[in-house]
Amino acid sequence: MSRKSEIRARAAKLRAQFEAAGAEVVETPILLPAEVLLDLYGEDIRARAYVTSDALRGEQMLRPDFTVPVVQKHMTDGAEPARYTYAGEVFRRQEDDEARANEYVQVGFEVFDRENPAAADAEVFAVIQNALGDMELRAATGDIGILAAAVRGLDTTERRKAALMRHIWRPSRFRALLDRYSGRSKAPPTRQALLDNPEPLVHGFPDIGMRTQREVAERIEALREDAEATPISARQVELIDTLLNVRETLPFALEQIRDLAVDMPAITEAVFRLQERIGALADRGVDVDNLSFEASFGRTSMEYYDGFVFGFSVPGRPDLPSVATGGRYDALTRVLGQGCEIPAVGGVIRPGLLVELGAQL
Amino acid sequence: MSIKLGVPSKGRLMDKTFDWFRARGIELSRTGSEREYAGAVKGVGGVELVLLSAGEIPRELAAGRIHLGVTGTDLVREKLGRWEQQVQEVAPLGFGQADLIIAVPGCWSDVDTLDDLDAAAAAFRQNHGFRMRIATKYHRLVRDYLRENGVADYQLVDSQGATEGTVKNLTSEAVADITSTGETLRANHLKILTDGPILRSQATLWRSRVAVTSGDEKVAMRALLNKLG
Repeated sequence: MSRKSEIRARAAKLRAQFEAAGAEVVETPILLPAEVLLDLYGEDIRARAYVTSDALRGEQMLRPDFTVPVVQKHMTDGAEPARYTYAGEVFRRQEDDEARANEYVQVGFEVFDRENPAAADAEVFAVIQNALGDMELRAATGDIGILAAAVRGLDTTERRKAALMRHIWRPSRFRALLDRYSGRSKAPPTRQALLDNPEPLVHGFPDIGMRTQREVAERIEALREDAEATPISARQVELIDTLLNVRETLPFALEQIRDLAVDMPAITEAVFRLQERIGALADRGVDVDNLSFEASFGRTSMEYYDGFVFGFSVPGRPDLPSVATGGRYDALTRVLGQGCEIPAVGGVIRPGLLVELGAQL
Repeated sequence: MSIKLGVPSKGRLMDKTFDWFRARGIELSRTGSEREYAGAVKGVGGVELVLLSAGEIPRELAAGRIHLGVTGTDLVREKLGRWEQQVQEVAPLGFGQADLIIAVPGCWSDVDTLDDLDAAAAAFRQNHGFRMRIATKYHRLVRDYLRENGVADYQLVDSQGATEGTVKNLTSEAVADITSTGETLRANHLKILTDGPILRSQATLWRSRVAVTSGDEKVAMRALLNKLG
């Protein structure tokens, strides 16, 4: 059997397993309208996805993942609750590393269910883990929701919280903002000069472009307010840092985060969700005592995940991508749903890696 | 066969390249009519001159169709993925200096740094319902730079020329372009962000790491490189 048909066979087998776990098979197009993806992911998607075009439909992207088309499908004609599975190629530009595949197969399992988020998280994790069989993989979990709750609970202005939330998936920018807002780093000299200028709109330049002078004035007003704001306390920054550094097995991680919640009551709700999830995972037979939890997990690579996140990687092979990844993406359904939303969680497996690693069927 | 040397086919870049080689005892010249892209080499044996558009030279080097080529650092970095593995820098030529920069309207008193640009982009998207547009022809370089610096809520729009005019024409909010003196930017009421350029570029002689050389060609290459010092 050729490598390609071996991968196909493995993909079909995985999809059948997901079907047996209650999922309905969905097919999605390979060419997706670029606009939707660009709107969702921003310019970065162009670095990751292949763009093509024709004179009639304009820009199209070769499917970089299944999440968007599956969510769209569910939003237009899905019943609730719903479980979906799919298998097919995804395409990713690889301009810096020839060794990385630019075309590979993904098999996924997605759950759209309002009733019990903890149970749905646990279901997806357990179904994916079962499908991976007895391969020796390292599983890691995280929860972007806890960090988001911590940011929302900071004792600072709404504007600063919004700026931090916006960059939660860009750790270095997040750090720079936190340093600025806590007074650890100083504003650049250009900022001070702007604030010291009594008439910043008298600049001698003609008013050009779509961004109006009123928008400029509004931002300067916001910057003046911000300059007056009390710095975020060193204690609160320390709590965020401690939270970001939690890296433990689940029971110990829960204990540490629960301790943090004493000083950060805003995360209490999120801690309860973590606790419920641990219970739900245990109910599904997952060995939670040895499952790792990293508070920063998924922060750099998984922008649309906003709650539970997980990944399975090959120990000792940092050169290989993850064999399986997944997470919760409630916010994405809100963006794509045009007013509707539904809590959603899912995961994908790369059968090509399983075949490469010689995993037994 | 002989070593193929790719040189920009017209304008100041060609003249200055000819001057640079002349100063090292190698006479490059165009032959035939004004409009014919053919050239001759004197002062060293086994070298053939190929006149090309500067923008095509990176690709020709990477394909191994020319052994040496003169073009800007900006074009090599923009057009070649993992450029270090495809070409090797032989010598910077000391002309054609230009910086790839980001510029915004001078009337944006509140924007001087990337940090400001990012914040202004977030507000712009809320107010206008679309991402702030940055006009450029250096898509890869600009995108990588903005990603590394954590700028979000922008989009790149393609502009292959007269980029500085796009803000006034309402087809972009900001530009990313090559500039040497900044004069065109000023004339179009734009100012450069203070974070420093994305890239400092100059005309450079490159050697293809891919082009195959026969025994004769190796000898010719050594003789040429010796002359160039």
